[in-house]
Order: sequence, then C-alpha cells, then structure tokens
Amino acid sequence: MVDISAVNIQPDRAAVASQWQLIWWAFKRHRLAMIALFVTIAMYIVALVPGFFAINDPVLQNARTTFHPPQRVHLIDTTNGLSIGLHYYPLKLTRDPQTLATIYTEDTSRKIPIRLFGRGYEYSVLGLFDTNIHLIATTDPSRPLFLFGADRLGRDVYSRVVQGAQISLSIGLVGVFISLLLGVVLGGISGYYGGRIDFVLQRVIDFVLSLPTIPIWLAMAAALPQGWPATVQYMMITIILSLTGWAQLARVVRGRFLSLRTEEFVAAARLDGVSEGRIIFRHMLPSFSSHIIASVTLAVPAMILAETSLSFLGLGLQPPTISWGVLLREAQNIRSIATAPWLFMSGAAVVIAVMALNLLGDGLRDAADPYNK
Amino acid sequence: MLKFIAKRLLWMIPSLFAVSFLAFVLIQLPPGDYVTTYIATLAASNEIVDQNTAASLRERFGLGDPLMIQYFKWIWGILSRGDFGISFEWQQPVSGLIWERMALTLVLAVASLIATWAIALPIGVYSAVRKYSIGDYMFTAFSFFGLSVPSFLLALVLMYVAAVQFGQNVGGLFSPEYETASWSIAKMFDLMTHLWLPVIILAVSSTASLIRVMRANMLDELPKPYVTTARAKGLSEFRLLIKYPMRIALNPFISTIAWLLPNLISGSVVVAIVLNLPTAAPLLLQALMAQDMYLAGAFVLLICALTLIGSLISDILLALVDPRIRLE
Amino acid sequence: MSDIVPMTPRKPLLDVRNLVTQFPLRTGIFKAVDNLSFTIEAGKTLCVVGESGSGKSVTARSILQIIDSPGEIASGSIMLNTADGLSVDLAKLHPRSKAIRNIRGRDIAMIFQEPMSSLSPVHTVGDQITEVLRLHMKMTKAEARNEAISLLRQVEIPNPEQAIDRYAFQYSGGMRQRAMIAMALACRPKLLIADEPTTALDVTTQAEILDLIARLQKSFGMAVLFITHDMGVVAQIADDVLVMHHGVAKEYGPVEQIFHAPQDPYTRMLIGSVLKLEQKAEIRLARPPLDTSAKPILEVRNLSQHFGTLKALDDVSISLLPGETLGIVGESGSGKTTMGRAIMRLYDPTAGEMLYRKADGSVVDLARLEGAALKEARRELRMVFQDPFGSLNPRMTVAQVIGEPLLVNGIARGKELDERVCHLMEQVGLDPRGRERYPHAFSGGQRQRIGIARAITLKPRIIVADEATSALDVSVRFQVLDLLMKLQDELQLAYIFISHDIGVIRYMCDRVGVMYRGKLVEVGEAEKVCNAPDHPYTQALLSAIPRPDPRDRDRSRRFRYTEPATISSSPIKNGSSAR
Repeated sequence: MVDISAVNIQPDRAAVASQWQLIWWAFKRHRLAMIALFVTIAMYIVALVPGFFAINDPVLQNARTTFHPPQRVHLIDTTNGLSIGLHYYPLKLTRDPQTLATIYTEDTSRKIPIRLFGRGYEYSVLGLFDTNIHLIATTDPSRPLFLFGADRLGRDVYSRVVQGAQISLSIGLVGVFISLLLGVVLGGISGYYGGRIDFVLQRVIDFVLSLPTIPIWLAMAAALPQGWPATVQYMMITIILSLTGWAQLARVVRGRFLSLRTEEFVAAARLDGVSEGRIIFRHMLPSFSSHIIASVTLAVPAMILAETSLSFLGLGLQPPTISWGVLLREAQNIRSIATAPWLFMSGAAVVIAVMALNLLGDGLRDAADPYNK
Repeated sequence: MLKFIAKRLLWMIPSLFAVSFLAFVLIQLPPGDYVTTYIATLAASNEIVDQNTAASLRERFGLGDPLMIQYFKWIWGILSRGDFGISFEWQQPVSGLIWERMALTLVLAVASLIATWAIALPIGVYSAVRKYSIGDYMFTAFSFFGLSVPSFLLALVLMYVAAVQFGQNVGGLFSPEYETASWSIAKMFDLMTHLWLPVIILAVSSTASLIRVMRANMLDELPKPYVTTARAKGLSEFRLLIKYPMRIALNPFISTIAWLLPNLISGSVVVAIVLNLPTAAPLLLQALMAQDMYLAGAFVLLICALTLIGSLISDILLALVDPRIRLE
Repeated sequence: MSDIVPMTPRKPLLDVRNLVTQFPLRTGIFKAVDNLSFTIEAGKTLCVVGESGSGKSVTARSILQIIDSPGEIASGSIMLNTADGLSVDLAKLHPRSKAIRNIRGRDIAMIFQEPMSSLSPVHTVGDQITEVLRLHMKMTKAEARNEAISLLRQVEIPNPEQAIDRYAFQYSGGMRQRAMIAMALACRPKLLIADEPTTALDVTTQAEILDLIARLQKSFGMAVLFITHDMGVVAQIADDVLVMHHGVAKEYGPVEQIFHAPQDPYTRMLIGSVLKLEQKAEIRLARPPLDTSAKPILEVRNLSQHFGTLKALDDVSISLLPGETLGIVGESGSGKTTMGRAIMRLYDPTAGEMLYRKADGSVVDLARLEGAALKEARRELRMVFQDPFGSLNPRMTVAQVIGEPLLVNGIARGKELDERVCHLMEQVGLDPRGRERYPHAFSGGQRQRIGIARAITLKPRIIVADEATSALDVSVRFQVLDLLMKLQDELQLAYIFISHDIGVIRYMCDRVGVMYRGKLVEVGEAEKVCNAPDHPYTQALLSAIPRPDPRDRDRSRRFRYTEPATISSSPIKNGSSAR
C-alpha cells in the first residue's frame, strides 16, 4: 500500500502516479538527500568542464609562487571611497627580521578586479572545441589569484582541485558502470536460473567479497607498467577497481531476482502469455531498477575513495594526470603540510564528494520502494 | 552443529587454495621478473650485469620454470616446511621477515574490530530507539562524515595537528628505544601507548558504517510482534530491549565480521603506510614495487587467509547464537 | 451462560468509558477508536467484532497501553476493578510506568494473531514463559521451570518436559498458539485479551484453541476480551458483543440480541453475510440444472506433484463439466493450491494427465504441452489469484494490466485495445475512467475485480480461482462472488474454485472435492458434501466450523480426524503447520 498521507499529495494525483513519481515524492521529503543531490549535480557539472571553472592553468609551474598561500576575494572596497565589485590584492613577501620566517601581507595599494566570464588560458571543452572563457578571470595575469594557494612547484591548487574532479568523479562512474555490467549479468543469471549455476556463482561472490580489496588492488596496480599513456592507465585502474566491486552489486541483483521470481504478478504475467524476455524487461527490471540505482549511487563513493587511496600510494594514476588522489600525494610529506596546510584542499574535495554521494544514495535507498511502507 | 562446522571447515580448503593461486598469479602479473628489476637497478648505478649472471640468477630462483611448476614448488614449500621462499631484495628467507609484522597487523585489526563494535553497538541501538531525536541526528551526521573521510586522510590530518600543535611525531607503533628491542612487558606497554591512534583512525570509518547497520537492524526488529508480546508481559522497556530486539538484531551484526575484517585490514594498509607502522603493509608495498615476488606473495596470501578465517569465525559464531541456523 | 447478563451490584472487572485513541499523522489526526464505552464482567467473554480498519485491535492494545507508535490515548477512562476492591484507571497511567507494567501479564494478559512472529525466534519457549513467572511471581529459576512445564501440560502440549526447551519454529502453528496461551495464563490473569488468536489457524485447529480457551477460562474464572472478524466464532463463545466499524461502536449488547434481534444495519449486514453462506447462492437457484451428460471440459487423471520428498499432490483424479463450478476445499498444506497451479502448468507435474477438451472437440494433455501449444491453451484456461495486492504489478496502470494479455498475444493494440479494456472494466463493475490509475489507488475488492477482468480478457473457458475472496472483508466478498457467477452466465465459464471456507464453497459450487494431505478424499454434489459428507475427514472438518447461531453451541459433536494407520512425522507436530 502506498502511504499517501506520508507523501502529502492529493489522492487523485497519487492514483495516477507512476513508480518514479512516487519515488521522487518520497525522496523530496528527505531534505539532506535533496541538498546532496544538488551538490552532486554541481560537482559533475564542474567535472564536465573543469577548464571553465578553473582560474589558472593547472599545470603551469612557477618558481616564484612556491607555496604561495591562499588569497581572499573582496567585494567591498573602501580605500578610495566606496566601490563594490569582486577584487583581490596581490601578496607581498616580507621576512621577519628576527626569525627570518616568511610573512605574506596583502598589498592593498594594488587592487586587481576580477572579471566574471573573462578570458584566461586556453582549454578544450570535452575535446570538442577550444575556448578561453572562464567563470572567474583575473584582469592581471602577471599577478595570478590563488584561491587555495599554490603547491611545491607554484601551481594553483584551486585549479588543480577543479581539474582533478574530472578524473576522480568520472573514475567512480566508469568503474561502477563496469561493475554494474558484471554484477547485473552474473547476479541476474544466478538469481534467474537458480540451481547449480546459482550455487557456484554464490560461492564465487562470497569468495570475492571476503578478499581484502586494497592489498589485491595494490598487487594488481603494481603489475601495471609505469610508462603507459594516461588514458590506458585510467582504464586499467577502473577495471582493477571493478574486478572486486561487482560482487556486491551481483549480490543485490541476485537477491532481487530471487524474491521477484516468486512474486504472484510474475506468475500472472507468465499465464498471460508474456514471453520470458518481456517478463524480465517489463515486469522484473522496473521492479528493482530503483534499488539498483540506489546501490550504484552508494558504490560510486567507494570507487572514488579507492582511486584516491591507490593514487595516494603511488600505485594508481601517475602525474602528470591530475586526480584528487594524485594531488593528495603532495600532502604525504609532513613537512609540506606543515608549511602549506592548504594542500589538504583536495582531501576536502574528496570528503565533500563522497559525503554528498553517500547521502544521495541513502536517500534513494529509502525512497526506492514506494509500495512497501 | 558439528556437521555445520565440519562442512564450513572443509570449504576452507578450496578457498585457501584459490587465494594462494590468486596471490601467486597477482605477483606474477608484472612483465619481467625480479632479475630484470635487479639489472635495471644495477644499470642505474652504472654496473653492468652480463647475460650469464642473469641466467644463473634466474636458475637459482627457479624463474625459468613454467608458471604452474613454480606455483606448486612454492605452495609445497609452504605446506611441507613453512618455507615461503626467499626475499630477493632482503636476501633472506621470507618467513623470517613476515611473522612479526603479520602479528602486529592482526593485533591492529582485532583491536580496531573490538573498538568498532564497542562504539557502534550502543550508538546504533540508541539511534534506532530514539529515532529522529537530536542524538540520532548527531550520530547520523557523524556516521556520514566518518564514511566519507578516507582513513589515510584522517591519519594525515591527525599527524599534522600533532606535529604543528603539539610538536610531536605520532607515527610508528613503538618508541625509538623499543623498536629493535626484543619482546618484554615494557615493550608491550609501549605498544599499547602507540596503538590507540591507528586503532581510532581505523575504527572511525568502520564504526560509521556499523552504526548504520545496527540502526537499520534495530529498526527492522523494533516493530515486530514479539516485542509487543514482551511489552504485554510487563517487562521494563530497557530489559525487553536488551533481551529481544537487540539480541536478534545482533545476528546480522555478527555476520558483519565477514566483511568488516577484510575492510579493516584493507584500511590498515594505507594507514600503516602513512603512519609508518611496522605492520605488513609498508613492506608489502615495497616488495610490490621491487617485484620481490615471494615476499609480496606471502603477504597477500596471509592477509587473504586472515580474512577467510575471519568469515569462518563469523559463520560459526552466527550458528552458535542463532538457533534457526543451528537447528535447521 | 449466554442468555442473561447478571446484574451484580459489584463493579465490572473492566469499565471502559468514552475511550478515544488517536494517531497523529502528517495530514492530521486519525481517530482509530472514537468515543468507545463497554464493560467486561469477571469471568465473562466480550467479543469485539469488525472488519479490517474497524479499530478493534487498537482497542485491545489501548487497554494495556501497548499501542503502536505514534498512537496514544487522547481521552476517556479504562477502570480496572480487582476483587480486592482496588480500582485503577489504566488510561491515566504512563505507558512506561511501573504501575502499568505490574498489571501487564499479571492482571491482564494478551495473545496475538500470529503466534510465530509473536514469539521470539531465538529464545526457547520455556525461557519466554519462565520470564513472566520470575518477573511477576518472583519465582526461583527451578520453581518457574516446573510451573512452566505444568502450564504447557495444561495447554495440552505433548511431552512438555522436552517441549519447554524447544524454539517456536520447531512447533506447529496450533502448538505455538498453545504456548502463547500458556505464557499469557502463567500468572492467572483476571482478564485475557485475545487479538484474533485463531485467524491464522485452520478451522479444526481453531476449534481446539477455542475449546482450550473456554476450558481454561472456566477453571481460572477469568474474563476474556476476544477480538475477531468471524461472526461464527462470536456466536460460539461470546456473552456480550461489541460491533465496531471505522473506530466507533455500531452495536453493543448480549450475544442473543446481536444475533437474533440486531438493531444496527451494519450488524445486520455482517450477520446476513454469514447466514448467506449457509445455503446456495440465489443466482444459482435460478439456473437450469447442469447438463451432466456433457463430455468433461477438463479431466485430471492420476495427477501427482512432488517437491522433493513432499507429495503435495498424490494421485488425484477429478473432472470438470462445461459451465460447472467445481470446488476444491481443504486446510493449509492439503495441496489444493498446488492443484490449481499444476493445472495452470505453473509447475511441471510429476505424473498423471490433465486432458483438456478444446472448443472444437479435440483433446490435449495439459501436462505434456510446451511452448506455443501451452501458450494457446493458457488463453482458454485462466487464473484468479488469492492476493489482490501481490498479483497485480504495482508499476503498471490498470489499463496495462488488463490489456497485457491482449497485447502480448497480438489480439489488439492502440485504440482497439483501449476500447476492449474499457469494456472489460465495465463488465467487472469498474469505472473505465480509472484505467490510467495504478493498482495502489484501488481497494482490495476493486483490485480483485481487476484480476478478474484480466482473467476474462482472452475469452477463456475455464477459470481457476485460488482463494479468490479469502483476503477480502465479508462485506466485499459477496460482491466478488456474485460477480464471478454473473460472468459465468455471460461467458459460459467453468470454474475451479479453491477455498478453505466450506461456506463459500456451498454458496458457489455445484460439486466439490475435499483434499487432505495431497489426496482427494471425497468428491460429490456440493449440497451433499457440505451437509452430509461420507468421509470422516470431511465430517470432522464440518464439525469444526463454528455455527453462526449462539443458540447452537454444542461442542461435544466436534471431533478431530485422525488418519488411520499413518506414522506421524514428529511427536511434537500436530495441527496445522505452515506450508
């Protein structure tokens, strides 16, 4: 029974509401999950065109800006009467005369305005065309803006984090997609046919699930030659992650298939003369696709964490590829992070992304079955 | 019951073989072998190794044999005399290198498991019983946060805080004076004072997921009719909670050992590398990088075996506490 | 004991006045019980009767303050007056207070509908009984154990010394309810609240449990508040009756008055619906007699269906005439559902033939059909399922559900399909304007009509109806039964009507087959089998059915059928068990 009172919708609308509509109504009541949904969408938009959101060329090195600290962006300027507009000030490097420690201070005499949708470095949009329009652009390229500071080689951490979103977020999706293919096919076979096939596949799934993933990944990743091109490396890492990730999804699919096989409406469909293919695609698949979507959403953050861990250990993606795990390698050294704690920003990005996806998946899972309240 | 345990134990044999084969294949995967790596290292320091030396090295390590022969030689060595082969890099038997590190890995994993349970169980029950209370929201927020922070990042942040705020180095499992000392009460005590930090780091993420598991289990059990029956008997709310729904929600909780242990061991690998703990992980990483195949293979095998034993224990525990499994 | 309510100067044991129990919901406040008043005298039985959603169960739970969250007592009083002159208003006590906990299980005990889920799966039965004794009677472990064994003996559980250490899942359904009763009666309560305690049980087991409760009630001198939807049970056990509908009392009075001089139209409808099942349906009385010389449309010969070692069907032979309604009756586990599903070829029969005579006179064996031929036969043999919720895909609109057989068999599509669906919905009494709605927008009775529309879509000749009305409330049940008979006249259908309810069989069927443990023990004219059966099992079954007349309370004629010379599987198993 659908608990119509719970979704707060007039009965007339609920009467003709499809499964997805009911799920959406249930999901919308989950406020945190809604926030997570917006954050997730925003992050994937950034990942789609990171160049547009970046400020400085993420690979541009500059010895003069090594460990340059983050700068503040100001809105109101009162130095010369009142004026409103986004701007920042370049930092002046001074040394403490006693301790010789470096001190950065804002040079308020040189106001640099920020232009929205201004011009900057050239980048490619999805490999389709090149442009140099950025959301945020400085008007003085010789004194760049470092929102999150700069790293050991003077590269802009903010732009690198934005650029890293592309690899880190997509590796989760691609990896889960491969896992899903394996999981749905094997889990489906196991659950649909049952019997001996099911028994064997069940044992395999149990076995894979009992393996400690990271040592296995490490061993597999260590087998990858170092010199491979970045795209091949990327594919290999996703495949390695999926090789252990499919089992969880296969188990979910199998469980759903088994319980659906005994549903009366499936028996009824069979008696209606519905073909096996149509039973699977018209009756069974719609019944568990929402659960699959929820499980997949919960699997993506695990993949992101896995890639981050592997790259962090130096066995995943290799520089010059930019991913959050690769960026975190910069923070491996206690001395680096002691001088430049802003190197943790890529870690913060990981935490936000994973948290948003987890909350989203949790909300989806709660809303996935509108008929069993 | 005995039959169940016997069946479960019997099942361990093919599993262990599968794991050992997997471990062996994994360490064989890299193109080339240790000798290639060795020659490359020497070449980097301008030493030239002639073909004869390379061939004799290969001969010595049996690297020329077909894969299956090498595997059987390896596994036979392990089974018959506990010989895991020779570490090329350390030039000594693998068995001399691994046991203390494996033991510390196990200590770390079990300590984290206990910590995880001790924290997650009461919080999960509380969250379910006081659903949608302020406390529940706080614990839920904590668990989502804990799920989202990679353990190595947590380790890094803690190291940073300790170094910058307190000027301390928190890595390792022993104080410098005990690192090479032989085992003693004092060394054990020293271990305890160092163990808590990695244990907490590891426990955070697993606690987070276990709180969710326990909360969901409890929420499943709380509306069941047998709870109403117990209430209708006049039991106090606390007593009936402990005796009935919690007791029954514990069963799926026990089965979490099966995946919690692999997770903890997995997580401990990265954390151990960051914190430079003398567990298996840093040596495994080093061995993998250097293609020191027998050393790496021994670690992968033993770590996998450990998790298999974990799931064996959880299955047996489950049968012990759940009469439905024991008697059906 | 049924004719007069004694007017004692004593206060009644329980006096409920103007009770309101409500559930605050997102959309407002739902009053599950609204301004209800009744009393229970010591040693007497009050039956609260009503259909689903009437608030009868909430009433029972309000007394012990164990209402499911977020329900709460909003107003009213529940005075409990004990023999020692003490009075306490249960409605004023906090649900978690020590005061109410001392009353629960000691002064007032409760048993529930589902004995399996109401007992803990991981504690022994003995553990759960001794717990009450130790809690309220402060017994030692050993005392409590001895007392528990003696209680199990009193509720007639065989080998109580061993049974005490077993788990609920090792008991049969009837035994579980006995264990629940033993637990409830452990502290000799003054009032036993029984919430549909026999609904999940077979009719023969029900009779035994009712007898047991009556016997213990007499020997303990306790009052019983009995919640049920079954007017037959009410007639057999009640002193007073409270009829509830949508949370309010419709009628309240002595059982004699309720059954023989009902005042309220709703009460009259409830009683009328039970009395209707005492005879043939009116529609059938008007029909010309069946042509018994016609060749059977379906002949089942020596059909067996084994699942592993379980012989669900064992050498069953029966035939069905064109236009006939053949009833199959039996208790749970008798194989009647397996029979329906085997005929539909949802299983592959282990042995035997099912000869189906097509409209052109040719005969096919359904047991051997495969592929296209089976598909073709299934167009003419259709099924109506028991569960009106599970048998409709919740993700398809009603039009899609009803139209699917037409679509997949390539009979109609597009506009023509839509027109056929509209026509079918009208035929089963549904408004075709609702065809774009999803099943969740329909009530149980309406859903069953959708299921029937789907069954007649392909112009079938035989319909197998498996407990088609068991899940429905009595008020709806007759509408669906009458619809089936109307369609039978319109479409010349033959029915195989599977039911556990002899009354429904008597109302609907021309002939009836009685099943017991996979075997067909008796086949004959419905009138004869339902009134004067030959086989001792059928006789026992009939004797166990509670007669809906309080003047006809003769428990002595009831008896249990024991199969001659069979080995019982386990000493503790007895009565019905889950399938």
